[in-house]
Amino acid sequence: MALISYAQAACQALAAAMRADPRVLALGEDVGRGGIFGQYKGLQQEFGAARIIDTPISEATIMGAAVGMALTGLRPVVEMRVADFALCAIDEIVNQAAKNRYMFGGQGRVPLVARLPIGIWSASAAQHSQSLEAWFAHIPGLVVVAPATPADNHALLAAAIACDDPVIYMEHKELWALQGEPPAPDPAVLGKARVVRAGADLTLVTWSKLVHTAVEAAGRAAQHGIAVEVIDLRTIWPWDRDLVLDSAARTGRLLVAHEAVQAGGFGAEIAATVAEELGIPVRRVGAPRIPVGYARTLEDVARISAERLLEELTTFVQRDAQRRPAA
Amino acid sequence: MPVITFPVNSSPAEHLLDLYRTMARIRAFENAAEETSRGGVAVFGSTADAVALVRGPLHLSTGQEAVAAGVCAHLERGDYLTSTHRGHGHTLAKGADTAAMMCELFGRATGTNHGKGGSMHIADFSVGMLGANGVVAAGIPIAVGAAHSAKIRGSGAIVACFFGDGAINRGPFLEGLNWAKIFNLPVLFVCEDNRYSATTATDAMTGGAGAAARARGMDIPAETVDGNDVRAVDHAARDMVARIRAGGGPQFLHALTYRVKGHVSVDPATYREQGEVDRALESDPLQLAAARLDALGVDAARIAEVDAAARAEIETALAVARAAPWPQAAAAYTDVQDTGAGQWH
Repeated sequence: MALISYAQAACQALAAAMRADPRVLALGEDVGRGGIFGQYKGLQQEFGAARIIDTPISEATIMGAAVGMALTGLRPVVEMRVADFALCAIDEIVNQAAKNRYMFGGQGRVPLVARLPIGIWSASAAQHSQSLEAWFAHIPGLVVVAPATPADNHALLAAAIACDDPVIYMEHKELWALQGEPPAPDPAVLGKARVVRAGADLTLVTWSKLVHTAVEAAGRAAQHGIAVEVIDLRTIWPWDRDLVLDSAARTGRLLVAHEAVQAGGFGAEIAATVAEELGIPVRRVGAPRIPVGYARTLEDVARISAERLLEELTTFVQRDAQRRPAA
Repeated sequence: MPVITFPVNSSPAEHLLDLYRTMARIRAFENAAEETSRGGVAVFGSTADAVALVRGPLHLSTGQEAVAAGVCAHLERGDYLTSTHRGHGHTLAKGADTAAMMCELFGRATGTNHGKGGSMHIADFSVGMLGANGVVAAGIPIAVGAAHSAKIRGSGAIVACFFGDGAINRGPFLEGLNWAKIFNLPVLFVCEDNRYSATTATDAMTGGAGAAARARGMDIPAETVDGNDVRAVDHAARDMVARIRAGGGPQFLHALTYRVKGHVSVDPATYREQGEVDRALESDPLQLAAARLDALGVDAARIAEVDAAARAEIETALAVARAAPWPQAAAAYTDVQDTGAGQWH
C-alpha cells in the first residue's frame, strides 16, 4: 500500500471537505501556490482563487475576516503559516473567535479552523519554532488539536473542519514530510487520545512530533525491562482524561513530555490532574524556559531527544520502584 | 448581484422626520441608560454598586446620534453592521428591539445576549448587527470578512462598519481597508469621529491629514461630512451605499461629531475645557434636525409627538427590563463550546 505524507494527508482532507461542502474555503498567505509547506498543493487549481484565497500579509485581518466569514455562513480554514505569526492575530483568536458565541449569547457560531504549525523547525530560531498549545488550551471556547501522524492529520483535520467550534489546529513543521499509512476515510473524534504502545510500568503522555520520539524511547526502555505505555493525546483541549487516568491507574506512574517550554506547559495540567485524581507519582519533561537558538548546539538544548526521555523515564521508574514497598 | 436601492419614497420632510425619530429614540435610550447606571460603574478602584440597574462600563453615544441614524437609514435588514464599544445607537438604528437591548444592559436573561454581553458587547444578529466590540478596531476585520462572505455567497448584502477616530491608529484599520480594497468588497467604512480616544484628544495622537486621507491613500473613495447634520450623513451614506450595491467596492465616510459625555458614563472629562463642550452642544444633532424640520414646514407638534413616543418607548423598555428575570447561574456554562462541553477543569 502506498504511503502518504503528513502534508499530503492534510491536503487530501481539505480537498475532500471542500468537494463535499461549498461553504468550506481556505485563506492565508501563499496558499494559492500550495502553501509554504505544500499543504495546499493543487487546491487553487481545483477550487479557484475565490475558495483558496491568497491574502496580504495581514494576520489580524486574515483571522478577523475568517471570524466574519464564519459568522455569516462559511466554514473557513485559516492559514497562519507558523504559530509564531498567529501572535499578530491574538486579539482575533482570543477575544473574537473564542468569545463570540458566548458573549453574544449564542447568537452566532464561529466554525473556523486556524492552522498554526508549531515546533522546532531546524535552524529557524526563536520566532519560527515555538510550541504554544498551552496558550490556546487556556482559552475557553477553543478546541486545540495536535496531530502526530499522516493518518491523524487527515482524520483530525476532517474532524476540525466539521466542528462548529473554533479549532486551533497545530501541525508540526518537522512532520510535513513524514510518510505513513494512508488514512481511514472517517474523521476522528476530537478529544479522543490513542494508545500508541501498551505497557505496564509507566504511562508516557505526549503529542505531536514527540510521539515518535516517545515511541523510540519506549522501544529502548523495553530492552531494559521497562514497559512504557505511550499515549498520543491528539487533542490538547478537550484532553482525554478518561484514557489517561485509566492508563495511569494501571501503570501507577505518569510522565508527560512535550516540546513546549515545561514551565506553565500543558503537561503541568495533566500531571496535576493525575496527581489530584490518583495520588500517584508524576513527572514532566519539557523544554527549558529559553528561546530556541539558531546554532545547532543551542537548538539542541531546547529539543527533547529520545535519549533524554529514556533517561527521564528510567530514572523515574527505578527511583519509584525503590520507594515503593515490596509487593 | 442585484442592485437594491433603499426606498426613500417619502418627501424630504417626512424622510427627515424618520431620521429624527431614530435619533430621538437613541437619545432617549442613552439618557435612560445613563440614569439607571448611576453608581453602577466601577471607577478608580471602587466596585460597581449592586443596586444600580446598569453596571459596568457604559459608553454613551449621546450627541452622536446622527451618524447611526443617517447611515442605517440606507441599510436593509439583511445587511450587516459591526460596531464599537459605543454601540447602542448603531444597534437601535439597525432595527434591534429597545426592550431587548435594555434587558441586556440590565443583565437579564431576556436581553439580546441573554445577559452575557452587556452594553459593551450588545448584538442582535437577527437584524444583521454582528456585535459591539470591547476592543478598538476589532470590528473592522470582522466586517470585511462578512463582506467577503456576502460576495462569495452572492447574497447581495453589504456591511456597514462603524469605528471611532481612535481606531484609525490601530493596525487592523490599515489591514482591513486594504483587504476590502483588493477584494473589492461591499463595505461602508464609517469613521464616527467624536474627537476623543478614551481620555486623550485624537488629533494629538494622529499623524497626517486623518481618517479620510488614509482611506484615499488606498484609493478608497472617502468623504468627510458634518456628523451632527443628519441630512449630510444621510445624503453621503445614500450615495455611498448605492455605489457599493452597484459593485463599486468599499467606500469611506468620515463623520465629524463630538462626544459630549465622558469616555464612560462616570468620566467627568475634566481633561477638556467646558467651553469646548458648550460649543459642541450648540450643534446638537437633534436640535439641528428639529430646526430644519421647522424650516421645511413640519409642525412643532409632530416633532413633540415623536419625542414623546420615543420617551414612552424607552419607559416601556425600562419597565420590561426591571421586571425581567436574571440568567440562571447554570447559563454561565452554555454557549461556550460544544466540543468538550462539561469538561470545565
